Amino acid sequence: MAAIEVRDLSKSYGDVRAVDGVSFEVPDGEFFGIIGPNGAGKTTTLEIIEGLRRPDSGDVVLLGERPWPRNPRLLPRIGVQLQASSFFERLTAREQIHTFASLYAVPGATADEWLERVGLVDKADTRVEDLSGGQNKRLSIACALVHDPEVVFLDEPTAALDPQARRNLWDLLSGLNESGRTVVLTTHYMDEAEVLCDRVAILDHGRLLELDSPRALIRGLERPTRITVPGDLAGLDGVPDLEHLEQTPDGVELTTARPAAVLDALARLDRLHGIAVAGGTLEDVFLEVTGREYRA
Amino acid sequence: MTPSLGPFVSLSSAILKGFLRDKASVFFALVFPLMFLVLFGGIFGDQEQSRLDMVQVGAVPLLDDMPEQARAAFDATFAVETSDDLDAAIGEVRTGDADVAVQMQGDELVAHYTRTDQVGSAIVQGSLRAFVDGTNVALSGQPPTYSLRTEAVEDDSLKAIAYVTPGLLGWAVAMSAAFGAAATLNGWRQSRLLRRLQLAPVSTRTLVSARVAVTLGIALVQMAVFLGLGVAFFDLVLTGAWPAAIPLLVVGTLCFMAIGLLAGAVAKTTEGAVNMANFIVLPMAFLSGSFFPLEGAPDWLQGLSQVLPLRHLNDGMLDVMVRDQPWTAALVPMAILAAFAVVVTLLAARLFRWEST
Ligand SMILES: Nc1ncnc2c1ncn2[C@@H]1O[C@H](COP(=O)(O)OP(=O)(O)OP(=O)(O)O)[C@@H](O)[C@H]1O
Ligand SMILES: [Mg+2]
Repeated sequence: MAAIEVRDLSKSYGDVRAVDGVSFEVPDGEFFGIIGPNGAGKTTTLEIIEGLRRPDSGDVVLLGERPWPRNPRLLPRIGVQLQASSFFERLTAREQIHTFASLYAVPGATADEWLERVGLVDKADTRVEDLSGGQNKRLSIACALVHDPEVVFLDEPTAALDPQARRNLWDLLSGLNESGRTVVLTTHYMDEAEVLCDRVAILDHGRLLELDSPRALIRGLERPTRITVPGDLAGLDGVPDLEHLEQTPDGVELTTARPAAVLDALARLDRLHGIAVAGGTLEDVFLEVTGREYRA
Repeated sequence: MTPSLGPFVSLSSAILKGFLRDKASVFFALVFPLMFLVLFGGIFGDQEQSRLDMVQVGAVPLLDDMPEQARAAFDATFAVETSDDLDAAIGEVRTGDADVAVQMQGDELVAHYTRTDQVGSAIVQGSLRAFVDGTNVALSGQPPTYSLRTEAVEDDSLKAIAYVTPGLLGWAVAMSAAFGAAATLNGWRQSRLLRRLQLAPVSTRTLVSARVAVTLGIALVQMAVFLGLGVAFFDLVLTGAWPAAIPLLVVGTLCFMAIGLLAGAVAKTTEGAVNMANFIVLPMAFLSGSFFPLEGAPDWLQGLSQVLPLRHLNDGMLDVMVRDQPWTAALVPMAILAAFAVVVTLLAARLFRWEST
């Protein structure tokens, strides 16, 4: 069963077509990523699925229910972290998550556990106004997850996080996903989407441009693999299937569309020690698909 | 889903904590109006020192030989101090240290007073004339044919502070209810908390009830503090039906919350909403007699003030709290305030937008 079904979704703000005919399905238990430049329509798409906004046209089915108009049966089953964090004024981190917990009839002890899981125990008695950007974000994520929802929506959860917090959150989200939760997130970090997501949707100008697993997207790019070998060019002219061969300060760079054959030849030449292999990345796919222009 | 008190309690407590930790809100809800109460209490308290200071120069048989009952009445009006120096006594009157200096010239009682204090001098003249006349009648041996008894229409205990307290309380409650509603609505909308709460399994009814409960709680605390201070320090005496002021205040609070909601729905920012609430409430407080009685105001102004909800709140509270009216006197103001609340809420609901953009 699909946790989320989106069919031909469109939404305009005045002249801006924020979402333009988007269709996709997210199976139960999938880790689904939405990437796209600023203003691509990621937040708008998420908010329509969550039931915060009404689409101009198109259909959304979330856990078998329609999210719009506000559907109280769905609310306890989904967890949402909005792009802009939203808190009660002048409450401390602990009071904040306890308040949210009680809205979902979740005991206070669970709320405290979540505070610990996002590493905010030291900041429990700090008012939200005095939290740093990253701490704020972590609290917002904890508040979205405190009631153990079946489907989790996270809008740029790792923006503003330091590398430690980012890795910890990755672990946390992977854990959630492994325990069967469906996770939908948006991000501007390609490495993150590549590591975490089962499938990634690339959105631009409100349109869905690509939708596949990161591996398949990168393969589809047919970007040649770059292999760097320490040392000099001597003995390397016999390596097959090379598109390009060049001496660089780091060693020799070989470019090939068939890395297996090249690596095989290098092994026979006993030149595997210290080599680096760089394939295409999701970022290459992203730039290829969306171009290099600035977005408004 | 079974309705439970949990969300209501936790939302109320979140709102209350937010209020108590906002020094500006607490200041404007409690401290600021209380400053006015103390100020006015001080000013009017002084004015109530009703005994007039009299300096008696030399022997004044009219006063010295006064019968006992007359003497008691006289002492209630005048605080007498004796002196032998007429010039010094007149000097005291001139500087305002005494209200009147009296001396006897033959059969004539001469009173020196100052025209700068018109009220005081009128009382001095009137009272002295009454005593002189009374003494004449008594000396003539004839019982007086006509007599005059004066009675104030208000309760004996009525003092200026009694007028001021309900009015200031009305203003304080109006201000904090309107500000609270306006600031919450806009603050929550700006901070996107409203959107987040839309996604939580909490009904709009629970959310609104929590906000209303906190504002009502604050209003009742304001009332307790005002009346408590008034009774303890400013000789405020409440008349019989004063508990009727509680439901009246509750309806008044709802009415001003509605006005705050309207301001919040119209304004784009929190600051804008609070300014707008202020812009509505402060002039209304002046025109509704919160700071000074409207009795002396021109008729058109009194007429105009009838369209202001605060006028009815103030009037109703005056009636039951200090004018010794029965509790039924609160009914009409309550009905008017409730009608205001309903109309303004409907208007606010029409103008409300979930988002500030
Ligand atoms: N409330 C709104 N009113 C008018 N226009 C809006 C509104 N919200 C979004 N837009 C416009 O819709 C488009 C899509 O916005 P959206 O927030 O969905 O982008 P996004 O992909 O989430 O961008 P980002 O990566 O910057 O978060 C943008 O052009 C934006 O300006
Ligand atoms: Mg966004």
